[in-house]
Amino acid sequence: MNDTGLGFSGVLIAVLGGAVRVGTPFLFVSLGECLTEKSGRINLGLEGNLIMGAMSGYAVAYLSGSPWLGVLVAGTSGMLLGFLHALLCQQQRVNDIAVGIAMMMFGTGLAFYLGKSFIQPVAPRLPAIALGGWSDSAVVRAALDINVLFIIGTLLAVAMAWFFRHAKWGLLLRTVGESRNAALAMGINVHRVRLYATMAGGFLAGVGGSFLSLYYPGSWNEGLSSGQGLMAVALVIFARWNPLYCLYTSLLFGGAAALGPALQSVGVSGGYYLFNAAPYILTLGIMMMTASSQQRCAGMPGELSNV
Amino acid sequence: MSHTTNKGKINPGRRRLLKGLSALGAAGLMNGFGPAPLWAAAKVKMGFIYVGPRDDYGYNQAHFEGKSAVATLDWVKAVDEENVPETIEVIKTMESMINLDGAQVIFPTSFGYFDPHILKTAPKYPKVMFLHCGGLWDEKKHPKNVGSYFGYIDEPVYLSGVVAGHMSKTGKLGYIAAIPIPQVLRNINSFTLGARSVNPKITTNVVFTGGWANPVKEAEAANSMADQGIDVLTCHVDSPKVVVQTAEKRGIYCCGYHTDQSVLAPKGFLTGAEWNWSKVYIDYAQMIKTGKPIPNLVRGGLKEGIVKSSPYGMTVTAKAKENADAVRKKFMDGSMIVYQGPMKDNTGKMAIPAGTRYSQTDIWLESMNWLVEGVIGTTKS
Repeated sequence: MNDTGLGFSGVLIAVLGGAVRVGTPFLFVSLGECLTEKSGRINLGLEGNLIMGAMSGYAVAYLSGSPWLGVLVAGTSGMLLGFLHALLCQQQRVNDIAVGIAMMMFGTGLAFYLGKSFIQPVAPRLPAIALGGWSDSAVVRAALDINVLFIIGTLLAVAMAWFFRHAKWGLLLRTVGESRNAALAMGINVHRVRLYATMAGGFLAGVGGSFLSLYYPGSWNEGLSSGQGLMAVALVIFARWNPLYCLYTSLLFGGAAALGPALQSVGVSGGYYLFNAAPYILTLGIMMMTASSQQRCAGMPGELSNV
Repeated sequence: MSHTTNKGKINPGRRRLLKGLSALGAAGLMNGFGPAPLWAAAKVKMGFIYVGPRDDYGYNQAHFEGKSAVATLDWVKAVDEENVPETIEVIKTMESMINLDGAQVIFPTSFGYFDPHILKTAPKYPKVMFLHCGGLWDEKKHPKNVGSYFGYIDEPVYLSGVVAGHMSKTGKLGYIAAIPIPQVLRNINSFTLGARSVNPKITTNVVFTGGWANPVKEAEAANSMADQGIDVLTCHVDSPKVVVQTAEKRGIYCCGYHTDQSVLAPKGFLTGAEWNWSKVYIDYAQMIKTGKPIPNLVRGGLKEGIVKSSPYGMTVTAKAKENADAVRKKFMDGSMIVYQGPMKDNTGKMAIPAGTRYSQTDIWLESMNWLVEGVIGTTKS
């Protein structure tokens, strides 16, 4: 059976494995964006953080020989970009969406410029935990090679959900996000809360980038992200600003992205453009189903509508 | 190919800066000197334009290596620019190479540069040669100072197929390709025919990713194929790095493309198809130096040295090498015909009727729009 492949059950395994492999960067960026948006600010620039994180993580892992140091640096670079975004947005009459687009181009351009000499070298990869050791099928084992970052991301989603509901800081953050005036009246420093939220969100997006370059697909080049950071931002909207839903939708997106190649590899070769577009069709479909002209989306922070 | 990484690392801002200067009137000065100034006559000046990064382990790097080779000649001055999109940008780059660097010949290496950008610019500079990589030049329609050069890379791809045919245990090969255009389809067919010349039962699965650089899809495709029991992978995308590395990680064999990727997969690398543009570019430089007329069409395969195979990997068996080398010899002496009838396509239709033979140089092969029997996949999107 192993010699001849798994046929259509292989598609299922590929989609499940792909959900985890492809979904992890989505998970980190969407959790980061969720955190930032909960504070009442949109950071569209996370695509830039993702690419900058991928580049800096790869570069540092290559130079130092330690992939984990790479992850840390990737997060830090994302945090710095987040800091810059927050700093710009604090100025009078500055639109956070416009700043986000500028930051996206800045992060991407900077990463391409600094990353030139790191396209060729091979950096050490992040290790995987072999959860499939029980199986004697190489296919199952490969699908169950789970990266630690995915596990961290999953725990983080749960922790964030709890944080928003129960922690004092979480409530503070939500207050700032729901109503700036109420927060001001309570004596909360709105700028500072948003600064921290944007920096923390930027950090997570940077870590997501390091997953791309250090684990899957596991190398740095300029086409690495191709818009995944932007998609993750959109994903937050139909995850209803709920970290747990961010986890589910990231997995859904990852699985959808794996569907096209998996079907072609078993010989279902027609309409591959359609299958390759599955994640985007999914986005549009869910957006259309959940859109309403009557009220704002449930769970949407109140400050976000005041653009 | 680490020696190439730092060498040509000129700052992308340089040409921009020069452009800026030209706006200040410098260009007027330079143009005013009439045909090539005296000090320039000593050197052959060549300009190279790439659509992607110079060091992509792939298509653009292959051209950059060619440029680096020709630049080592002390009577040549070679300039280049990377990441030039197939838009009006390439016209600006070509013009600045001509006006500011004094380039006598320009090599815009990407397919989409040709029409309309080269065709629009060439008539303005009749003394400059515009040589396009890809092969769209038509004597009847196009300017005389435009030409094209290309290599029959499907020859070393066929040889990769032969080696893959020997090494595959499952009889299932995988081809990860960008989009179904004739060049790509010809490579897939040649690879499959090479493998089936060893074992007629072998099949090749094709995954089209829909774009030239899509690392996540390429990795997914490679993983899915490994799941399906495919044990030799190859690809036709701009940068084969991800496919080769993923194959190595999954413990299966791979064949490279564009450049030598053997260092990326020390265990599973079999061989690969590479461009050898240095030969082409040095030939052109010599023609210009000696004042020979430059042919508008340059074509060639293994025999002409425009393409080559990567060195065999450690695991390749003696029998596989022997067989591949024997076929290589036939390519070298011109007796090898890959496409001859009767040959069926993968829908069961006769693609080449019995008795028809297409030699490698046949232009009919450059419009290939079918997949040969044994390929699992379709050319329709």
